[in-house]
Amino acid sequence: MSVDLEIIGIVVLWTFLFGYILIASIDFGAGFFNAYGLFTNRQHILTKIIQRYLSPVWEVTNVFLVFFFVGVVGFFPSTAFYYGTTLLVPVSIAILLLAIRGSYYAFETYGSRSHKGYAFMYGLSGLLLPAALSIVLTISEGGFVFMQNGNPVLDYWALFSSPLTWSIVVLSVSAVLYISAVFLTWYANKANDKPATALLRRYALIWALPTIITAGGIIYELRFHNPEHYERLLGLGWMFLISGVLFVGTVWLVWRRKNYGVAFVLLFGQFAFAFYGYGISHYPYLLYPHLTLYDSFTNEAMAIALIIAFIAGLALLIPSLYLILRLFLFNKEYVSGKSKQEH
Amino acid sequence: MINEEAVYYSRILTEVTLSFHIIYATIGVGVPLLIMIAHWVGIRKNDNHYILLARRWTRGYVITVAVGVVTGTTIGLQLSLLWPNFMELAGNIIALPMFMETFAFFFEAIFLGIYLYTWDRFENQYKHLLLLIPVAIGASFSAVFITIVNSFMNAPQGFDLVNGEIVNANPILAMFNPAMPTKVSHVVGTAYMTSAFVLASIAAFRLIKGSNHIYHKKALLLTMKVGFVFTVTILITGDLSGKYLAEYQPEKLAAAEWHFETTESAELILLGVMNDEGEVKYALRIPYALSILAHGSPTAEVIGLDQFAEDEIPPLSIHYLFNIMVGVGMLMITISILFIFSKYRGWSFVDTKLFRWLIVLGGPLTIIAIEAGWWLAEVGRQPWVLRGIMRTAEGATTNNDVDLMLILFCGLYVILGIGSIVILTRMFRKNPVERELAERKGDVPS
Repeated sequence: MSVDLEIIGIVVLWTFLFGYILIASIDFGAGFFNAYGLFTNRQHILTKIIQRYLSPVWEVTNVFLVFFFVGVVGFFPSTAFYYGTTLLVPVSIAILLLAIRGSYYAFETYGSRSHKGYAFMYGLSGLLLPAALSIVLTISEGGFVFMQNGNPVLDYWALFSSPLTWSIVVLSVSAVLYISAVFLTWYANKANDKPATALLRRYALIWALPTIITAGGIIYELRFHNPEHYERLLGLGWMFLISGVLFVGTVWLVWRRKNYGVAFVLLFGQFAFAFYGYGISHYPYLLYPHLTLYDSFTNEAMAIALIIAFIAGLALLIPSLYLILRLFLFNKEYVSGKSKQEH
Repeated sequence: MINEEAVYYSRILTEVTLSFHIIYATIGVGVPLLIMIAHWVGIRKNDNHYILLARRWTRGYVITVAVGVVTGTTIGLQLSLLWPNFMELAGNIIALPMFMETFAFFFEAIFLGIYLYTWDRFENQYKHLLLLIPVAIGASFSAVFITIVNSFMNAPQGFDLVNGEIVNANPILAMFNPAMPTKVSHVVGTAYMTSAFVLASIAAFRLIKGSNHIYHKKALLLTMKVGFVFTVTILITGDLSGKYLAEYQPEKLAAAEWHFETTESAELILLGVMNDEGEVKYALRIPYALSILAHGSPTAEVIGLDQFAEDEIPPLSIHYLFNIMVGVGMLMITISILFIFSKYRGWSFVDTKLFRWLIVLGGPLTIIAIEAGWWLAEVGRQPWVLRGIMRTAEGATTNNDVDLMLILFCGLYVILGIGSIVILTRMFRKNPVERELAERKGDVPS
């Protein structure tokens, strides 16, 4: 049996979305912890570690998102019609937040330093962004979009009064803080920065609980909101089970203050299993029940061209990403602030 | 169902976003090349001043990149938010270059991050220079790919439309459409030219404001030379663009030149105003020039607006935009050639305050020219979003909240515009080149 081009397309995109979620979570959470530290006078502990991580990668983070939405419209042009029409307001708000974040990060880092107002906006927008973006996931479950004169319209009342919406928002925010804290604990530990490690470790443990509770709650709510999807989720129960075991592993390691690197790898695995499990269970719908993978797919010539471009692009990107990781993330001198980093 | 109000606001919002974005995008495409040249000259001549020039330009460049990235993300998403019907159709044929553009952007982003944070890490400056090559390539290729998307909208090909459905899609043919060579070369050339003149304008301004440092003089000569070279290339590509239009989009050329009747030996109308009755006043008329511009022969026939249905003619006001664009181009080539020539002959009038003010003016003027050029190109293909296939109104969203979003984004651009200007001026005013040179003595060989 040959694999459909549709499947290849969605797997590629889902992977990029996953990449974006992980990288952006670290970024959003870091911004929040930085601002929080600033207002509780603990900024001296965290700022250096966070700035050193964020500075070389802030631009790369954004590209993952661009890559995802350009890819979606490329592989599945009909999503532009359904999602583009309905998401005007939530996505515009997300763009606004992204714009404030991206530009003010650069303004502050390269222009003037330590402005409390900027740091506050940066931190706050990092929390609002996952909320604004996660609305897309909620809408994809169906029940919030109806057709009027052949055009899709978003029912805001139904959206904002649904417990599912708010659970997904809470999950996205707490997951962001959890992922970010675990990663930064590891990063701070590598830098031999004991106070930062201790503080971030505490944040990681604090945010672990709401993350796992809401994740479980959403599965339960889907049972009433979209029974068909719920059935498919149950069929993939083993993936979520593995995810849960990995979660326990991460928390245990962080609790025992050891192997933060392994803890982050386990966290990566936990989210990978949950994210792909959720993605697979969503099949074949892109927007339930209006749009499936198959009726929105582009023509075959374009699909093949995109996949070829994708492989060629990866051949270019993977070595470059490896280079940036080696120079900054895995460079002891840089991480601990010993190498000169003037710009 | 077409929502007239949504169409109107979608057009305005797209125009505002793009007009704001292209200022930063143009600088984003052109400046890496200039940084690369300065860095290279610095290494070759073993001259600290050029290295510092590259470094200071880079620092300012980061701020413009940040605004360019966020507004680029904005327009990328707005394409689907404001023009969902258009994207649904066009996405089938033109997704490839859009996808490739993100790769180019990715490539640039990675290496810009590395370049910025490794100034003092490499013993060998050549290694550091190497990092700039992917930055410049990435920046230029994002311009190439995204301009290909735009040229497709002007000259759609590479598919057949059967009952509104796309068949026989050929993504490669769609990319290499007839509008592509002239558009891409003109856009990339103007980006280099504009960036050079913007940087020249900064150097000239510093010289006027009392800093008589040799550093600024070196910067000025270098940028004027680069600016001159690319102004020549854009004159050539501009001429080729005219010939392309005459062949493939005659209504755009005719509207831009106020060429109403199809004639042989057509005259070119320069400047002038049009009154409410559609009469042209105060214009300079150059016999045969339009035929030469359009077909390279003084007697050739040029198609006029009389060949087109009333509702397929672009607004005639684009004539003014054409004049601005060409006028600035002509002015800049004169200024730059005078400057370079005088430098070699030792004529000193180019060092007077008056001439330097002219160079300072060149920066904003070239930015105005790229705006005018883009408005000419875009308004000139109205009423089509896909020329000959889809009208602009058919491509727009039906969502009722576009007007609200327009206000929201206008606010954003005001904040970003003011913020970037404030940060940039503060950055360089606080740290003048004299101080930085003094601090760096002994840091790098000079």
